[in-house]
Amino acid sequence: MKTLVLVEHDNASVKDATLAVVTAAGKLGEVHLLVAGKGCAGVADAAAKIAGVGKVHLADDAAYEHQLPENVAPLVAELMGHHDAFLAPATTTGKNIAPRVAALLDVMQISEIIGIEGDKTFTRPIYAGNAIATVESSDPKLVITVRGTAFDKASSEGGSGTVEAVAATGDSGLSSFVGSELAKSERPELTSAKVIVSGGRALKDADTFKEVILPLADKLNAGVGASRAAVDAGYVPNDYQVGQTGKIVAPEVYIAVGISGAIQHLAGMKDSKTIIAINKDEDAPIFQVADIGLVGDLFKIVPELTGKL
Amino acid sequence: MKILVPVKRVIDYNVKPRVKADGSGVDLANVKMSMNPFDEIAVEEALRLKEKGAATEVIVVSIGPAKATETLRTGLAMGADRAIHVAVDDGVEVEPLAVAKILKGIADAESPGLVILGKQAIDDDSNQTGQMLAALMGRPQGTFANTVAVEGDHVVVKREIDGGLETVKLAMPAIVTTDLRLNEPRYASLPNIMKAKSKPLDSKTPADFGVDIAPRLKTLKVAEPPVRQAGVKVADVDELVAKMKALGIA
Ligand SMILES: Cc1cc2nc3c(=O)[nH]c(=O)nc-3n(C[C@H](O)[C@H](O)[C@H](O)COP(=O)(O)OP(=O)(O)OC[C@H]3O[C@@H](n4cnc5c(N)ncnc54)[C@H](O)[C@@H]3O)c2cc1C
Ligand SMILES: Nc1ncnc2c1ncn2[C@@H]1O[C@H](COP(=O)(O)O)[C@@H](O)[C@H]1O
Repeated sequence: MKTLVLVEHDNASVKDATLAVVTAAGKLGEVHLLVAGKGCAGVADAAAKIAGVGKVHLADDAAYEHQLPENVAPLVAELMGHHDAFLAPATTTGKNIAPRVAALLDVMQISEIIGIEGDKTFTRPIYAGNAIATVESSDPKLVITVRGTAFDKASSEGGSGTVEAVAATGDSGLSSFVGSELAKSERPELTSAKVIVSGGRALKDADTFKEVILPLADKLNAGVGASRAAVDAGYVPNDYQVGQTGKIVAPEVYIAVGISGAIQHLAGMKDSKTIIAINKDEDAPIFQVADIGLVGDLFKIVPELTGKL
Repeated sequence: MKILVPVKRVIDYNVKPRVKADGSGVDLANVKMSMNPFDEIAVEEALRLKEKGAATEVIVVSIGPAKATETLRTGLAMGADRAIHVAVDDGVEVEPLAVAKILKGIADAESPGLVILGKQAIDDDSNQTGQMLAALMGRPQGTFANTVAVEGDHVVVKREIDGGLETVKLAMPAIVTTDLRLNEPRYASLPNIMKAKSKPLDSKTPADFGVDIAPRLKTLKVAEPPVRQAGVKVADVDELVAKMKALGIA
């Protein structure tokens, strides 16, 4: 089987999310990559070094600068003329583009796979991860998004792929990029952090969240996450949200501070290796999944913990 | 301008889903069902656009068994003007691709300026239908919307993305999918619930739109996820620090 993997990048470097998708694609067959962007030849060169990669298709055109799905999806659909499966990371970029490709190909997409059971058979979580479905596709081609936490990352070195330029399919003229507000942070990214400290509604407000959570995260060189309640209340930006409809994380250690453990939150973090929970309610559902729990007032516990680490 | 809002009837988000013993699916018998939460946000956004004068009519549509009309009534009680029910037999699940094809048929007939969907149905967790509909209609998409503003014949959508926020400008007709922070949906008042009973509700079938709903994906089995065992509770911070040291993170 020939697979085509969407490389996630910012026109400067390959995003980590791509690497797990390469591993998944490698289980299906030959791995080809697509780098669509503007001024992104360097990305293609870097992508060619990912272990296990064959051809890298490079589509360098202004129309692809911001990954607008109206422009990228037709390009992918055309390349799918000689590939059997399209795989994208289950990131906001992949989720934006892949279903559009699937519809152009008249294929039913298989979202957020966590396992590959055969050429056409995959496992994926449904109902906020409360059930795992095994599904078999009957479509002639596959369109798949891959949950990054479920597959090892391919090594970004050691590959010897070849870069081949492909013609752009043009600008649809339907959409344009206006601007972005991207959070700049020195902290490890949530989806690749080894340790995550997450705060919930109990943190009261943005300032308190900062004062209590950040020093602990600094001590542990941790990424910082949050529950939906904390994001909705404006303590932290939207991209901190962990859960069914936010980011899916699986760090070595996940520390949930003042988070009750609603199923939608658990869906995003229950595959973490070790879960530590700090909550004043000993019956909070978070303790049902926590390996280590400490019942008490976070405003006393967290500063003391930070001090003693 | 009309706004079309597809709404799905799903397990209520407060209910913990249970896998059926025979592994055929999730047990929905006698389980509370509600409108998909993201679709409530979609209805709310459509109503606000109408209240601002950017839209003239809000049409809710649901594809599902007879009970899906309850979900449509909820949309009507919130304030939608009329509803379209595309009926399928009980127990039949319609995949996002087929849903998108049916919605395209409805959009062709109704010519809405906007179609506002949820970003994701909380049962199948697919996150596909809006993007598929946009592709089938050959129109632009503003997914995971945090803010929506109609400006003449364009709609400007601020999107929630992994790194923060992004703004795109789309030519209408356009497809928008909602994220959690777009708005807080209203509750239907009792008088509006009563009024909803007499609002028009059209009945259709997939065949009316020439759509084959035969699934492309075969579900071989549905299983419980591995259960996590609850661990230990520690008595104080010192004990916690010791445990963290043992894990090698302190
Ligand atoms: C469609 C939909 C999608 C959703 N998606 C997500 C998602 O992706 N991610 C997500 O997180 N949620 C999501 N939710 C929301 C979810 O259902 C919960 O509402 C949310 O996770 C609750 O956040 P919380 O635990 O911070 O708040 P709460 O449930 O209010 O819990 C606060 C906790 O803090 C504890 N506490 C209070 N004070 C202290 C103190 N001084 N010291 C110690 N502990 C204290 C309390 O005991 C309580 O357990 C979604 C909901 C819907 C409907
Ligand atoms: N059967 C359905 N009837 C009406 N709308 C639907 C249906 N299925 C999906 N949708 C819409 O598509 C969105 C995304 O669903 P999904 O792609 O299944 O995650 C939902 O939030 C609804 O707005």
